Order: sequence, then C-alpha cells, then structure tokens
Amino acid sequence: MYRTSDGEELFIVDGHTHFWDAAPANQRNIHGKQFIDCFYAYHSALSPEQEVWPKEKFEKYDAETMVRDLFVDGPVDMAIIQPTYLKEFYIEGFNTTEQNAVITQAHPDRFILNGSFDPREGTAALEHLHALKEAYGIRGVKLYTAEWRGASRGWRLNDTEAYRCFELCEKLGITNMHVHKGPTITPLAKDAFDCHDVDYAATDFPNLNFIVEHVGLPRLDDFCWIAVQEENVWGGLAVVMPFMHARPRYFAEVIAELLFWVGEDKLTFASDYAIWTPKWLVEKFWAFELPEDIKQERGVDLTPEVKRKILGLNAARLYDIDIDAAKAKLWS
Amino acid sequence: MSTAGGANEAGREAEVLACLAAVTDPELDEPVTDLGFVENVTVGADGAVSIAFRLPTFWCAANFAYMMAEDMRDAVSALPWVTRAVPKLLDHMCAEQVNRGVAQGLEFGAAFGEAGDDDSLANLRTTFRHKAFQGRQEALLRALLAQGLHKAALVAMTVGELERATVAGAEGACLKRRYLQMRALVGGPAGPDALAFVTTEGESLTEAGFDEHLRTLASVRISMEFNGALCRGLLAARDRASAPTQPEATEHPVATREA
Repeated sequence: MYRTSDGEELFIVDGHTHFWDAAPANQRNIHGKQFIDCFYAYHSALSPEQEVWPKEKFEKYDAETMVRDLFVDGPVDMAIIQPTYLKEFYIEGFNTTEQNAVITQAHPDRFILNGSFDPREGTAALEHLHALKEAYGIRGVKLYTAEWRGASRGWRLNDTEAYRCFELCEKLGITNMHVHKGPTITPLAKDAFDCHDVDYAATDFPNLNFIVEHVGLPRLDDFCWIAVQEENVWGGLAVVMPFMHARPRYFAEVIAELLFWVGEDKLTFASDYAIWTPKWLVEKFWAFELPEDIKQERGVDLTPEVKRKILGLNAARLYDIDIDAAKAKLWS
Repeated sequence: MSTAGGANEAGREAEVLACLAAVTDPELDEPVTDLGFVENVTVGADGAVSIAFRLPTFWCAANFAYMMAEDMRDAVSALPWVTRAVPKLLDHMCAEQVNRGVAQGLEFGAAFGEAGDDDSLANLRTTFRHKAFQGRQEALLRALLAQGLHKAALVAMTVGELERATVAGAEGACLKRRYLQMRALVGGPAGPDALAFVTTEGESLTEAGFDEHLRTLASVRISMEFNGALCRGLLAARDRASAPTQPEATEHPVATREA
C-alpha cells in the first residue's frame, strides 16, 4: 500500500520483478559477468545516488532483502515475478521459474509467478509449458525474442513454432504474454529491437494479452503505432520509470506519447527489481506532473486517476486480482 | 605523444577526427566522436590508421556496431594519404567478428557466418536515415516556428530559400546545416527550387496537416532521444566502474565524455 500525503491509500502492483543469482560462483563464463555488469550500469546510471547498491549486493540478494524492498520498506502490495533463464551464462540460470518459485511459495499472497518458453525448443517447449502450468499454475510468460540460441540469433512472435506455443497457452489459460521489447540483453544479429511481430501475434491471438515490456524502447514510435491498433497490446513501464529521476522532461514526453497512443487503461507500473527499487519510483511517480506545454501539445494529462490505474488497477485487471479481497488480506 | 612525424602526425590525427565526426550512431543520430565512442586514433608512418572505439555496453547491438565500424572505415579511407583504415571495436561480445569482417570488407551477414537474405544492412540503414531526417526536420521546424515563421511559409519554402535563411539561437546554424545534409539524401530531388520540408517519401506538406506532421516527427525524435539518454548514462556508468583499456604508448586518447 502507498499512503499519499493526503492520506489516500493506493493498491500497488509491481508488474516486473526478478529474484536473480548473478554471483561470480554462478557465472558460467565471461558473458555471465558482462550481463550483470550491464544491469548494474543501468542501475547506477538511472538511480538516485542514495539508492545505488554495492555491486556485490546487486549480484546476489536474498529473499528477505527482496521481500523487504518490495513489501515492507516499499509500497508494493503484489509483484509479478518474471523469469530470465540465461542458462548459457549462468550455471543454475539467472532467475528461472524454479528459482523464483522459492520466494513466491513462501509468500503466495504477494507474488504472481510467471513462466517462459522458447519456441525453438519445439516439442520440448510445449512440454515445458505443460509442466510449468501443472507445477505452478502460471498465468503468464516472459518472452525474449532477442535471445541467442546456438546458431540462432533470435526468433519472432509470428514464427510457426511460436504460434504452436501461443495455441497451447490459450488452451491452458496462460493469457499474459510479457514480451521483452526494449534494450536487449543478448542482441540479435538482425534488428533486435523490431517489434512488428507483436502486431501479427496480437491480431492472430485476440484472447491473449501482449504486454510489451519496456514499451519497445528504443522503438517507442513503432510500438505506439501497433498498440493503437491492437486492443490486446499493453505497455509495461519497466526501464521507463527511472527516467523520472535522470531525465524528467523526457519521461514526461514518453508518458504523454503513451497516454495519447496506448491509453491510460493499458499501461502497467514496474520497477524491474532489483535493477531499481519500487519505493522511490512510486513516490516520485505519484508526485510527478506533466509540464504544461506537453499537456497542451498532446492533449493528455497524468491525473491522480490515471496514476492509480498505472500503479495497480491495470495490472490487477490483467491478472484478475480481486483488489478488495487482496486489501483485506494484505492491509490488515 | 609519439615523436615520429611530429606536427605532421598531429595534423593527420586531426584530419582523421574530422572525418570521424561525420560518422553517426545510426540510432542516436549523433557523431560517434561527440558520444565518446572513439577511444583513440593511431596514425602510422605508412598512412595506416587504427581507430579504437567502444560502445556503452558489451551487449550493444552487433548490427549497429558493424554499421559504425564500416562508416568509420569508409570515412577515414577517403583521406588521400590514408593507405588503410582499420576500426577496432573494444570490449564487445562480437568484437572479433566485427573487426575481422570490416577489415576484410565483408557484408555483415558474411562476417557472422550467415547466408541468405540478411546479408546486407542496407534496409536498416535506410530506416535509420529516415529517422535521422525526421528528427533533424522537427528540430529545425520548431526553431523556425519559434522565431516567428508561419506554417504557410514553411510548407512552401524551397531548399535555396532555406540555405539563405538565418536560423536564430546558439544552435540555429547547426540545425540548418544538419538538416540540409540529410535533405540531400532523403525526400527526393533537393535542388535549390525543391521544397525544403517534405516527408521521407518526398511528399509536400500542407498547412492543414502541419501540426499532425510535427507530432509524427516528435514521436520519432522522442524514441531516439530517450535511447540517447540511456546510452550516455550507461557509458558514464561504465567509465566510472572500470578504467578504459590502456592505450599503447603511441596512441592518443581523444574521447571526451560526459561525467
């Protein structure tokens, strides 16, 4: 819960969090080191100085730290935890569904655990989805189309094999496809940032939601163009949020673009924990106002009503969270 | 500083840097020199030039790295005294493929051992040239509107008139020069009588559609600027975290970075 200076109590859902182990002991090769170094660069480049962690803590934090940062010191009521396997870089994986399940099973009221699939695994991908559904009852998946795999430099949402996975997701009631379309982790030889494949998949699978994480940055314009046409395309604000601190005017322009094209009902707040922590993000976002000239030019506003939706109500709708029941359980 | 060559060598380095200043990061549409990507330049007595460069992260997209390396090679090779220009990408996951491929003059796909229709970066180059055109046009149009020009005058302005116009503000001349450079490449014929402000397809603008056109350009620019801010932040963080690769004795650090 976030209590505003006016005493209003807000229900907060963090749409994108991780419980990773990138400690040197788990690094398989130089890529493991470079990967966490890159995350740490994001973290230290865009966090306020007092929020920057020591490198060692950033590489590996325990469950207690995460729970405290999100729910005790932080204002988050529920968090969606997204896996990133990266088994080619990390011996036990970076944060697999299984690793994440350790923390979510200890706090079942707080976390929504998501899975993942890689359509290039063919039949094994389908079996993996079945297993994840059975073991954890997952409702969503995190997808990395830019991930390298052997000789492959990535995949597209409209590949035949991906469509088989989507068909199975539909059948199993896994409805939320969180697609990483933003700054790349293992960039593709082709255009890793291209997000036009979302257009095809979203049209062909109207019963699935496609939450474009990082709103397609740096292809915000392409993303907006797709989202405006597809009812089931949403925008996830991980990586966008911390720009409030580093570049507030750009943040305002981006939010205005998103409100204009995507709309206030299809944007979800996210910290991308542990790259950033939710406390300062929520505080700053609640206090943030669009500059007058940007409001005028785009004809949009970031009102308290809009902020409430972005901070929790929209994600609650995606995951059928009964907010009153959750409040009764978590706020007592 | 190396001693052999003396002033002549320093002059040659300056010429190389001037060439590199014309090479842009295709995503950000800013010179690689301003972005602090160029680590150092070495000029050999035989006219061979080595250009060491570094991107904000180990993971920056390989295709863009390749484009920049090709552009550096071509820009510097255009100097009459240069016998060989060799870009060297440092600290990058694909450094080996990029450096070897560009040195051997391979197409991007071939350098990465891929065959088929993805051999060329031509389409990607066109896309980003269009984005750069749009970004530069928006900045210039806003500057001209701010100094009191009317939409009707802007949609009718020719390239020749724009060349003669004065753009106010500290960066006015630069905005005009950068736009005209790109107008020569995008939007169809660009002679003195051609329209200065057109779409990427070369269509003329209308007064009625002007505001909508400007908003479209803004969307493109916001994407590019946002990413630029991210890249600069990453570069600065990376420099804080680790000392750059030590240059050899004869190489001269040239990059200036934002703190």
